[in-house]
Amino acid sequence: MAGPIKLSGGPGYRAKLRALGLVAPLLIFIVVTFVAPLGTMLVRSVYDPVVADAFPETLELLDDWDGSELPQEAVYAMAAREIKRAGTERTLGQVASRVNRVQGGLRSAITRTERELRDIEQGPWRESMTAIDSVWADPGIWYAIKTTGERFTARHYWNALDLQSLPDGSVVRQPEDRRIYLRLLWRTLMISGLITLLSLILGYPIAHLIACSSPSRANLLLILVLVPFWTSLLVRTTAWIVLLQTQGVLNEFLVTIGLISDGGRLAMIYNMTGTIVAMTHVLLPFMVLPLYSVMSSIPSTQMDAAASLGATPLQAFLRVYWPQSLPGVGAGGLLVFILAIGYYITPALVGGSDGQLISNMIAYHMQTSLNWGLAAALGGVLLLIVLVLYAVYERLLGVEKIGLGG
Amino acid sequence: MGAARLNLGRIAYLGFCTIVFVFLVAPIIVIVPLSFNAEPYFTFTEGMLRLDPDAWSLRWYREIIQSEAWVRSLVNSMFIGTSATVLATVLGTVAALGLAGSAIPARRVIMGVIISPMVTPVIIAAAGMFFFYSGLGLGQTYVSIILAHAALGVPFVVVTVTATLAGYDPNLNNAAASLGAGPWTIFRRVQFPLISPGVISGALFAFAVSFDEVVVVLFMAGVEQRTIPRQMWSGIREQISPAILAVATFLVVFAVLLLLTVNWLRRRGEGGA
Repeated sequence: MAGPIKLSGGPGYRAKLRALGLVAPLLIFIVVTFVAPLGTMLVRSVYDPVVADAFPETLELLDDWDGSELPQEAVYAMAAREIKRAGTERTLGQVASRVNRVQGGLRSAITRTERELRDIEQGPWRESMTAIDSVWADPGIWYAIKTTGERFTARHYWNALDLQSLPDGSVVRQPEDRRIYLRLLWRTLMISGLITLLSLILGYPIAHLIACSSPSRANLLLILVLVPFWTSLLVRTTAWIVLLQTQGVLNEFLVTIGLISDGGRLAMIYNMTGTIVAMTHVLLPFMVLPLYSVMSSIPSTQMDAAASLGATPLQAFLRVYWPQSLPGVGAGGLLVFILAIGYYITPALVGGSDGQLISNMIAYHMQTSLNWGLAAALGGVLLLIVLVLYAVYERLLGVEKIGLGG
Repeated sequence: MGAARLNLGRIAYLGFCTIVFVFLVAPIIVIVPLSFNAEPYFTFTEGMLRLDPDAWSLRWYREIIQSEAWVRSLVNSMFIGTSATVLATVLGTVAALGLAGSAIPARRVIMGVIISPMVTPVIIAAAGMFFFYSGLGLGQTYVSIILAHAALGVPFVVVTVTATLAGYDPNLNNAAASLGAGPWTIFRRVQFPLISPGVISGALFAFAVSFDEVVVVLFMAGVEQRTIPRQMWSGIREQISPAILAVATFLVVFAVLLLLTVNWLRRRGEGGA
């Protein structure tokens, strides 16, 4: 196809190729530095080879085991051998901590077994192992080894959804006291919804005020909205700690003017209130900016026209203005909600114990409990929710409309 | 009576808006005077309220400047921020040129991928990057943090430059071509000068994203790569002292400067288009 090069960017083949060529470097960059890491995380949520690699032959023998009684002596002998080997290869710690997640107490049992087996060369293995720790006389540990031995597994997702799989293969809900994550997810959604609602209530009037102002005043007011937007998140969080803590500015002020007593200082931070106040402050600009950009395209003459036709201000607002501002409400609301459900920093710093969100649980499993599979599965659940909301946003409004307020 | 009610409504409306603006700005302003507190408190002492000069001091600023950890974190933030910004701006601007106009196929999918770092919860991205870069042997390195920050900042560049390009008249390219200019000359001499306010705005956004980012740094940085937000994070969690307010004040001033620059560029861009 030889023809003159079309520089005007018509829908021709060359123009298409040129456009793709320009976009390709960035696409490749994002796929490699961003999408691939997300993929790695998702793989972690369903793939865990540690136990399978350490106990390959024991697991093979356990294949035929039905789970109701104790396994044969041969299984004990093989397990003893592979526990010893894992001990010398220093993988036993990782194995033990995985098995321990199925049933508490097994970590120490397994490491103790390894320590004491070092001096034992001869069977009967079942007898010696049971003598070391009585857990070996219970089918539970064998079931724990068998489930954690699955290379590809759904158990992290069952955990993340407060479910568990039983030896007979059925999947049931966790006992009442171990249902943590669904409740936390629900709380995250509720708090995010509340923050979105608060942002709308606070943001709608000021977006309207800015949209109705003269250009120079609008610019000044926009700067007031944008100062927090540009100010470091940690600075804003620090500011709320300074304001709201027990010895903070607001409590001191209230005590000084005598509204509360010195002993009756309000607990406004390091709890759910702190999370809600600070996050509303942080996310409010993301509500105001899309609202403003929609409202500034609504002609102010329409309200006058409605009034001249006899509508009260409330009628005019509800029938004329509000419907036209809805795209802004949708854009701002979705954006704030999407950002809120994934928030980590602010709840971690000011949330105390009841103001933590699902992200904080992911961080906990990443950094403290080191249950990376569960962290990845919780991340997968959160990612799915965000992607669904993102797709809704894209369908309704198009991603290019995401408000930036530059 | 109707007019009186209208006025009351108007007063309530303006009063409410004022309260919201105070809510937005006051917390940030309050920390500025508190950073000059002579005492290690987070509240105004009586002396400060009486404007007693002894109650005000620069001790926390001195502490920051003399602290090796803080100075190092500033250098790190600048280095990581600048590198990530250059990377994000070049890739983002080039991509925006490709996205302008109607030639690009599968535009929505491509935009969806490019914007994804902006809406994905950072904790998920950081967790994934931790696994990914440690697997490549790049855990706790500047390279991995710079790449991560560039990915988080690049959507802002694309969105800003795309918006500027929407106001760009493609006939200018034709005119330049008819005068004998090649594609590169057209870009360098005609197109780039006209869209440069958008490019600079995008770059400032990308820098601000990196300069403020802490989750990726928490997961991936060693002590060597600690940035200012990371240092503040420790400060808030471990030994909270007004020295943090001194840093915060510095960051507020920095943010206002960035904001005013972007605002000025935006208005200039609008004037030009």
